Amino acid sequence: MQRIGVFVCHCGTNIAGTVDVKAVAEALGREAGVVFSTDYQYMCSESGQQLMRGAIREHKLTGVVVCSCSPRMHENTFRKAAELEGLNPYMVEIANIREHVSWIHKDMKEATEKAIILGRAAIAKVHLNQPLQAGESPVTKRALVIGGGIAGIQTALDIAEAGFEVDIVEKSPTIGGKMAQLDKTFPTLDCAACILTPKMVDAAQHEKIKIFSFSEVEAVQGYVGNFRAKIRRKARFVDEDKCTGCGLCTEKCPQKKVPNEFNMGLDNRRAIYIPFAQAVPKVATIDPNYCTMLKSGKCGLCAKICGTGAIDYKQQDQIIEREYGAIVAATGFNPIDAKAYNEYGYATYPDVVTSLELERLMNAAGPTNGTLLRPSDNEHPHKIVFVQCVGSRCEEERGKQYCSKICCMYTAKHAMLIREKYPDTEVYVFYIDVRTPGKNFDEFYRRAVEQYGVHYIKGMVGKVTQNGKQLRVQASDLLAGEQMHIDADLVVLATAIEPDKSARSIATMLTASMDTNDFFTEAHPKLRPVESPTAGIFLSGVCQGPKDIPETVSQASACAAKVIGVLAKDKLTCNPCVASSDEMLCNGCSSCEKVCPYGAISYSDKEFRGPNRTTLIRRVASVNPAVCQGCGACTVACPSGAMDLKGFTNKQIMAEVDAICK
Amino acid sequence: MQVTEYKPKIVAFCCNWCSYAGADGAGSARLGYPEDVKIIRVPCSCRVNPMFILRAFQRGADGVIIAGCHPGDCHYTSGNYFTRRRMALLFSMLEYLGVEKERVRVEWISAAEGAKFSKTMTEFTATVAALGENKRLEDLRCKQ
Amino acid sequence: MSHSNNKTEQVLRSAGVDVRKCMRCGKCTATCPAFEEMEYHPHQFVYMVEKGEVEKLAASKSIFKCLSCFACVDRCPRGVEPAKVIEAVRVAVVREQGKNHFKPEQIPAMLEEDMPQQLFASAFRKYSK
Repeated sequence: MQRIGVFVCHCGTNIAGTVDVKAVAEALGREAGVVFSTDYQYMCSESGQQLMRGAIREHKLTGVVVCSCSPRMHENTFRKAAELEGLNPYMVEIANIREHVSWIHKDMKEATEKAIILGRAAIAKVHLNQPLQAGESPVTKRALVIGGGIAGIQTALDIAEAGFEVDIVEKSPTIGGKMAQLDKTFPTLDCAACILTPKMVDAAQHEKIKIFSFSEVEAVQGYVGNFRAKIRRKARFVDEDKCTGCGLCTEKCPQKKVPNEFNMGLDNRRAIYIPFAQAVPKVATIDPNYCTMLKSGKCGLCAKICGTGAIDYKQQDQIIEREYGAIVAATGFNPIDAKAYNEYGYATYPDVVTSLELERLMNAAGPTNGTLLRPSDNEHPHKIVFVQCVGSRCEEERGKQYCSKICCMYTAKHAMLIREKYPDTEVYVFYIDVRTPGKNFDEFYRRAVEQYGVHYIKGMVGKVTQNGKQLRVQASDLLAGEQMHIDADLVVLATAIEPDKSARSIATMLTASMDTNDFFTEAHPKLRPVESPTAGIFLSGVCQGPKDIPETVSQASACAAKVIGVLAKDKLTCNPCVASSDEMLCNGCSSCEKVCPYGAISYSDKEFRGPNRTTLIRRVASVNPAVCQGCGACTVACPSGAMDLKGFTNKQIMAEVDAICK
Repeated sequence: MQVTEYKPKIVAFCCNWCSYAGADGAGSARLGYPEDVKIIRVPCSCRVNPMFILRAFQRGADGVIIAGCHPGDCHYTSGNYFTRRRMALLFSMLEYLGVEKERVRVEWISAAEGAKFSKTMTEFTATVAALGENKRLEDLRCKQ
Repeated sequence: MSHSNNKTEQVLRSAGVDVRKCMRCGKCTATCPAFEEMEYHPHQFVYMVEKGEVEKLAASKSIFKCLSCFACVDRCPRGVEPAKVIEAVRVAVVREQGKNHFKPEQIPAMLEEDMPQQLFASAFRKYSK
């Protein structure tokens, strides 16, 4: 039997004005197990707390009920005070007789009655309370960043600057991501490479950062503070340590007909290649799908000319295992395939290009060395039509419901740059809405219209057809209420962006949740935007939702701050109100595992003593208290009643129900 | 003997993050609702085991209401979706057993919706009061 | 837009207005007291001039329905001044008909009873600031 103390607070007249606090204290004092009951002016005040602490000492209380304001207000205050007297803080319960009684009821008799009932419910619960200990788990002081684009690089740099080790795992041969492919950046028109490549070099040279390029995360186990990841280092057939990045092999390789993915397939590269001049690490990679040596064993030219003997045709994939305290998803995005929008003729006409292709066509390091030439005949286009919202804000199967956010601005940038460099070119932009919120964004767009004379036309393009050497664009000018026909030399599609295809499998691996568009879900859309609901998993960049570069960088830094918050701790304290499974009752059905949003429940085969000295092996659930957040979904899913939630056990809640219905 | 007005017994399960805070909000704004509603705090509406509701009816409750975060706003991401499904099943079973479906309800009340909390509880109490005492699942042995 | 012609240029020059500044919000039309009378409305004036469709505008009676009240100029959030565009088209039309050198005594005969003396009114507004 517990020895319970009841403390009824007046809260000045806030409670005492409508509740007869003396009567409440008296009535609750008669309850079974209550050895001390009193009322006081302000329980939360220093002297109120002293009163409670004194009673705990004097009456050797094992449980405390405070009838006062909402537990959301002072539960912690009273629990701390109890702890100072050596009482387990989770033996303290609050009956909310202010917000739920005195403030809303006018009749003193009724209010007093209700206060007594709520007090009884709290007493009933305390009778069943168990002392709870917050568990602790150690923290591996290293972070894993999945994805080496600008988001991953920024997050890694910030974490490393705080003094913690970071690994970047990037699936392509170089870090840099999409930003490395861009020509200029809005709204300042800085050259993307000029601001990105120094960061790439910083990351490569940082003593705390390790870059695993051409690598993929294969499996992740563990929980916040204690993750263990398997990383596959794909064979690049070149020894990273020996290769100096001189590029001789990439010039001599006889296999010249490999579509160059860095230039969006607009030109070719060799079978052995370095994606671009400032690649990090600057190491060659052999493409096994095209290398004659790897395919047929005939050639070996690159090995012959390599001065450092870095080529290794026998290289195998390597699996390494590393431990981490926190993991950052920075998996980024891709433009959708514009082929789905057949009306624009992307698959048919070479002069219909996507915006990312246009970036390469305008980039000095691109296939045309920075001169804008149309892909079909390498001639200067004189009339260019931009189509916005290709796949964005489209509820069809082929499109995306959301706004891709960046297209309005990059299209304004493209249009402006073209008009600047080639003033004889006419530029049309067909739009549904022009969305330019952001610092200096709308000014930028208006400059394209007012200063550079870009024709913005409200309306969409209906179809693109061939007309001699040109493309006939049929569109609507909604403001004039007309159909327009423009003979254009180049059509540029602002394709929607979607999360990288790898994101879904990575989310599954991390037990991080995703929305229907495959963007990672944040723990709270407003207040915890860079954390996943799964503890220890953080989100950086477009994998969480469409973002431009400035926004990505600030989110990446915010993400780093959250990671540092985890890594800076030596031990993590867990919420003690977590689920736990009674192994003797568990029948191993996996119902709980399926409803757990955090992946906190796992199953293992355990030995149990059977009758007649036999042993039984049974599959039973166990909850990882470091991962469980204490929602209780599993407790209801459990058909055998094995799963229960500490602090809110089935028995405790039933006792409250009983006390209320009495 | 004095004739007292019938007062229904109503148990409200409120999730800690939204609805319990909404009830606190109703209190802070002094938005009253009948004394008959007694609130039990649970971490999430998905913690509410259908057994709790049956127990409440067994012990003589006249109505049970479960309040959670709005769909999509759950502190634990998906808890309230479980609640919605589980309660849909339970409620149809209760109806089959003869417990009027107006005696049970799931409501989404956010931390900011003190007014909605008070309005919902007032309205729910009136509905239950109109139905009168719940005898169907009551266990007389529990009566003292 | 491609078909920008002399007349458009003349209109833009004499109006002194940058039609590209228009954001197509329609506040000019929303505020226009002569809306009911017009075939083309102030925002369309601006857009048509931007597209180089001055001829179409010149042929329309709408340009003479404008009261030159300058409400549109006052309310435009971008400072486009639609009334000045309309006025410039009107001047262009009048000049084309060879009526730009008329003598003051000829004016009363040209006036219609129930029409405001637009050119004078707008000239006063324009130059009396």
